[in-house]
Amino acid sequence: MAPEAPAAEARPVQARAEAPRPLTRFIRWDVIVTALLIVVFAGGALGTSDFATSDNLAFALDDLSEIALIALPMTLLVVAAEVDLSVASVLGLCSALFGALWDAGWAIETIVPLLLVVGAVAGLVNGLLVTRLGLPSLAVTIGTLTLYRGLAYVVLGTKAVAQFPQNYADMATKTVPGTPIPYPFALFILLAIVTAIVLHATGLGRALFAIGAQEEAAFFAGIRVKRIKLLLFVVSGIVASFAGAVYTLRYGSARADNGLGLELAVIASVLLGGVDFDGGKGTLGGVVAGVLLIGLLRNLLMLRDVATEIQSIVTGLLLIVSVLTPRIAAKVRETRRHHRANPSASS
Amino acid sequence: MTMRPLAAVAIAAALSIGAAACGGTTKNSSSNDSKAGAASSAKADPNAPLKKGLKVAFLPKQVNNPYETIVDNAGIAGAKEYGGEAKEVGPSDASASSQISYINTLIQQRMDAILIAANDPNAVCGPLKQAMSHKIKVVSYDSDASKDCRNVFINQASSEEIGRSEIKVISDLIGGKGKIAILSATANATNQNTWIGFMKDELKKPEYSGLQLVKVAYGDDDDQKSFQQTQGLLQAYPDLKGIIAPTTVGIAAAARYISGSKYKGKVAVSGLGTPNQMRKFVKDGTVGKFELWDPKNLGYLASYAAAALASGQITGAEGEKFKAGKLGERTIGKDGEVILGPPTVFDKSNIDNYNF
Repeated sequence: MAPEAPAAEARPVQARAEAPRPLTRFIRWDVIVTALLIVVFAGGALGTSDFATSDNLAFALDDLSEIALIALPMTLLVVAAEVDLSVASVLGLCSALFGALWDAGWAIETIVPLLLVVGAVAGLVNGLLVTRLGLPSLAVTIGTLTLYRGLAYVVLGTKAVAQFPQNYADMATKTVPGTPIPYPFALFILLAIVTAIVLHATGLGRALFAIGAQEEAAFFAGIRVKRIKLLLFVVSGIVASFAGAVYTLRYGSARADNGLGLELAVIASVLLGGVDFDGGKGTLGGVVAGVLLIGLLRNLLMLRDVATEIQSIVTGLLLIVSVLTPRIAAKVRETRRHHRANPSASS
Repeated sequence: MTMRPLAAVAIAAALSIGAAACGGTTKNSSSNDSKAGAASSAKADPNAPLKKGLKVAFLPKQVNNPYETIVDNAGIAGAKEYGGEAKEVGPSDASASSQISYINTLIQQRMDAILIAANDPNAVCGPLKQAMSHKIKVVSYDSDASKDCRNVFINQASSEEIGRSEIKVISDLIGGKGKIAILSATANATNQNTWIGFMKDELKKPEYSGLQLVKVAYGDDDDQKSFQQTQGLLQAYPDLKGIIAPTTVGIAAAARYISGSKYKGKVAVSGLGTPNQMRKFVKDGTVGKFELWDPKNLGYLASYAAAALASGQITGAEGEKFKAGKLGERTIGKDGEVILGPPTVFDKSNIDNYNF
């Protein structure tokens, strides 16, 4: 803010700071989505006897493994007003590569690190196209979505590779002893904590919000916008490739079409978690709640034999509400503020 | 912020590859003791009555697919006959993994039997084994799951019966005399090549001595290419009497070409097709008759097999017999397969009874 701000503008700012928290502050979507999650869980536990069993929760959480993992870097990207639509194709490419190399007699311990490198390169390509050529990430990653999926088919064709070793398959499906939490989901919890710290408690996190809110301003404030974005795309690629390994072992089947369309589920979870698609706003807690809400709701609807069309409709409506509500809340807040600032204007 | 994090990642990855390359779990080193599955120790009691109130679920490749809907509805109707409760659940996309969450849900719902048309024989395997370990019987139909992940597979048709009956149909259509050609899918399609093998064998029989197979053409299951191949066949053999297309794409393309050409009524087209696709060519006389298995009987038989398994009449071992309602007694063959029977012949008289 300029040092000599006109008094008329300074006054409402001060007023806002002093005023008790208006009610609309609680209409933050990430709070609502957490509340919804609790409602769904409680409703499910009370109304459907097979829902809150540890077996079922383990299934439901394991089903979310890849979506949850990829949602973490996706949150960082969307906060910085970028998006990576190629994640599911990177997953598919890595799954196909996994199968081809395993079939060729390679060791899993060699294949998995190699997949991470492939994921990093795939992310690097996205990042370079976005940051060096200044192309919009939506367009770039729609392109690489098709490109990487195409490569997956080049690698494995339409065949499927199966028969992965049981001890590794167990790592992707078994639960941490004594809990209903499968290993991939436990890893997700760890990574979510790390991501939450990065996003909400470090300079890098603040830089991401700054980039998402006003890229140019962030640049002039000395934030290395391009470097950070490039890093985000690389991390996104690495996580997607790891998710590809998890997916392959979890289903015990490497195919080029694995994870087809998964990117939409990831982005839906992120948006449902209250991250603003225009960037600059969002919390990781909201995203975790969003991921869980989509997963548990789907599980609950399936247990109640709700037709798959209705499941899609419910998820779709929820998503629209999640995008609309914060905007309406913001509108309401702005109008109120406006009223408070210029009471004469309304009369 | 510099490029350092990237470099660090790359180095770490390179190091771990180097370290891992020295030894590890490979395809050859890992022992796969996944054989313990279907071979249950339970004994079959062929005289056990069918249990009442069995909970049975059909899990098709995808819901809202007209063919699968017919199969499943016939199965659900079959379940009503034996007093069971059947339902159809499933994903809206036929991708490999989408069936897994449904299997898990069905396990939670403690079904007595799951009937599945597998999208991927291996991907569904783990959850199906889990289901079997929860004492749920698993029947695959239409598209098999891996052998050790199901109790019984209902095979819609045997390759031999399809191959041999195709020759009978074309012979009937052209009066047992003349040149015929085959319009297949791709040159290395397993299904088609097996059928064609049986067709050639059948042609050796004396009753088909009047038939002369002049060429096997390949339309690659591409509509345009199959159309051109048909055109090519008739240019090369203007006195051709019949075309067998054992593929749904090929038969439609061949029929379309013939029905719009001067050969209409002179060249008979037959093969494997679906009634909806072939209806207008049957009605305009281009295609006298063609074959496919009856999807209703497929669902019905699968439903009874599930009930027989869940009631302990059969365990899925070769040679066991069970009664499948109006279809009569069936015997389980090699690898736990039950064959539906000879394909259904569709012609003017019955085609309007089918909608798929």
